[in-house]
Amino acid sequence: MREVVLVKYGEIILKGGNRPVFERVLMKNIKNALRNIAEINISIAQATIYIEAEQEKLDAVCERLLKVFGIVSVTRAGVCEKNIESIKNAVCEYCGADLKPGMSFKVEAKRSDKRFPLDSIQIAQTVGAELHDSNPGLIVDVHKPQVVVRVEVRDTAAYVYSTLNKRAGQGGMPTGTGNRATLLLSGGIDSPVAGHMIAKRGVEIDAVNFFSFPYTSDRAKEKVIELASILARYTSKVNLYVVPFTEIQLEIRDKCPEEHMTLIMRRFMMRIAERVAVKNKSAALITGESVGQVASQTIAALNVTNTVCKMPVLRPVIGMDKNEIVDRARRIGTFETSILPYEDCCTVFTPKHPTTQPRLAAIEKSESALDVEQLIERAMEGIEKIEVYPD
Amino acid sequence: MIYLDNAATTKPCREAVDAVMNACAEFGNPSSLHRLGLGAEKIIKNAKKSVADLMGAAPENIYFTSGGTEANNMAIFGAARASRKKHIITTKIEHPSVLEPFRRLEREGFFVDYIGVDAQGTVNLDELYKRLDSDAALVSMMHVNDETGTVQPVEEVRQIIKERAPDALFHIDAVQSYAKLPLQVKKLGADLISVSAHKINALKGCGALYIGQGRIEPLIIGGGQQKNMRSGTENVTGIAAFGAAARVHKADNRERIAELRKRLKDGIFERIPDVKYNGGESFSPYVLNVSFLGIKAEILLHSLEARRIYVSTVSACSSNKPMPSHVLSAMGCTPKEIEGAIRMSFDNTLAEPDIELALCALCDEVAKIRKYMR
Repeated sequence: MREVVLVKYGEIILKGGNRPVFERVLMKNIKNALRNIAEINISIAQATIYIEAEQEKLDAVCERLLKVFGIVSVTRAGVCEKNIESIKNAVCEYCGADLKPGMSFKVEAKRSDKRFPLDSIQIAQTVGAELHDSNPGLIVDVHKPQVVVRVEVRDTAAYVYSTLNKRAGQGGMPTGTGNRATLLLSGGIDSPVAGHMIAKRGVEIDAVNFFSFPYTSDRAKEKVIELASILARYTSKVNLYVVPFTEIQLEIRDKCPEEHMTLIMRRFMMRIAERVAVKNKSAALITGESVGQVASQTIAALNVTNTVCKMPVLRPVIGMDKNEIVDRARRIGTFETSILPYEDCCTVFTPKHPTTQPRLAAIEKSESALDVEQLIERAMEGIEKIEVYPD
Repeated sequence: MIYLDNAATTKPCREAVDAVMNACAEFGNPSSLHRLGLGAEKIIKNAKKSVADLMGAAPENIYFTSGGTEANNMAIFGAARASRKKHIITTKIEHPSVLEPFRRLEREGFFVDYIGVDAQGTVNLDELYKRLDSDAALVSMMHVNDETGTVQPVEEVRQIIKERAPDALFHIDAVQSYAKLPLQVKKLGADLISVSAHKINALKGCGALYIGQGRIEPLIIGGGQQKNMRSGTENVTGIAAFGAAARVHKADNRERIAELRKRLKDGIFERIPDVKYNGGESFSPYVLNVSFLGIKAEILLHSLEARRIYVSTVSACSSNKPMPSHVLSAMGCTPKEIEGAIRMSFDNTLAEPDIELALCALCDEVAKIRKYMR
């Protein structure tokens, strides 16, 4: 039987007059995502995207679609002719095998072609009776069935599938419908998760990483590139800006009180990230900060680092516990890379007793020992841009 | 580039690369009956002779493996499983490819003794004497330690085994000494000797086990190649390179390398304060381990790398695990000494100017890092 992939998208439907714009972007993203996987036929009708491809490529197509933002569900469906006999046969063949004795089910039908001789209720009844007869042991339950078998009679054909074929997509909004933001990407667990959460809202992501060779190694940089490439699986591309940070860290280490070291370092990171963002038409920064996780992430500390930039700083994991962040990291596939052991820049220059309740005036005073502007300019000059694509 | 990480791996020599090209042309399966098979068989035969010659062994005692790790596994599991005795002995400073098989056998019911070492890294012979008894099936020990270069008194160990447990098999992990120290099977008196190709300027993925007296169980079984001792179609290209590199190494000038090592060591002690030598009086000229107190070795490694000078923190095989060196720990080094320990390892291609450059770089970088470390 011919198969097709049905893609449902959620929130876009609520977009009123802008809806066609969002649909166009989603269609474009899907085409891009599948470009290297299969030759596809794609069409859109009644809030469903239909994708046809060679049978043996369908698994790969579905896997890839599950990473495209804006898609709520991905379902494989059987295609058949628009007459009740074909539909009955198709349902028994395509869905019957998955229905085991003892399962409860119901059939739902949708008829967008109103010329079809049976109405939705009649289709459901006929098909349900046929399924029930040919699969002994099935229980009909119209209120809380385990499996819903769906029949959609559309303009050109009828589609049959059961909810067992349906897989949940990423949700969110199509990438490219929501501006651009710049992620401070370390090698840790939190920042890739933060990036994914904002990207999911349709935002295109640039990433900034601070590189402190020889205090961190080329392997640490490889790890960050790897993380960016995992994010790119969802967004199709991430521009990664690697900022040389050693000189700044050494200057801070040399001239500022130890307990203020981390906060002053964070302030430099925010300033540089904002400049990178402005240069690349980004409208916000994203960090993986979570209240109270470390000394530099108390609310007092966030105040001190937040004051150096004018842009909004998005902190999507701000209220999450570490284990919640870890769960998400596992789901999006960044966790295994994040826990590789290569030291990232946070671990070498860590004071023994960092301030947890810093006062802005005190930090500013400590920082005044540095030529901030000159240090930033030199770091900006040394930036390496890497265009990262999915593997 | 100044490559001082030859204990991790070495650059394949011209002769080894040529041998690979030649073996790729003679691509037959050595077990095939036709003449292409014979060509490949001959390559293996020649290589076997060269590899055997370099340790004063007969070619028929050499079995090719996928490397030092497999040779060690094959020797240890093979000897333990062929014996009815349940007591096996090794030391605390072995390579993981020895220690892990011992731990596995321990879980499988063997009684294992791990002999300690002194501050120089030399095995405690008194302890060995006490632990050894006629119940022992196997004693396994490395010849040269990969992290410190300390040479173990293997001939004395052989005497102790003869006296205390004449039936026990003696396995020597000679991965760091083969082609580097004068190595004669007869003099060593070992029953099993592991060697690796890529440590002597051949390719990764090839090694050998010398099997003398005593029967061991094969580790890998299948088509019955290599007299049933190690099944699997032979890695002809790797073996060809191994043979070629062994031939080249016959002409090694160890005195010259010992001189380079001395120069580097003396230079470090003259020019850099707060350093400690990790090793013994009996050392391999190919390895030098020094602790630079008050620095993190990894940072020094990366700063040297920026100058195209390549060294190692601990043995490369275990440096992806952020745990302190088990070798230096067993020698009683302090955490600070372990944290600052760098291994520099040599080969034939290095010359005096390289050592001078490395010394200057070490002075600069150690001073720079110390400024910022607490």
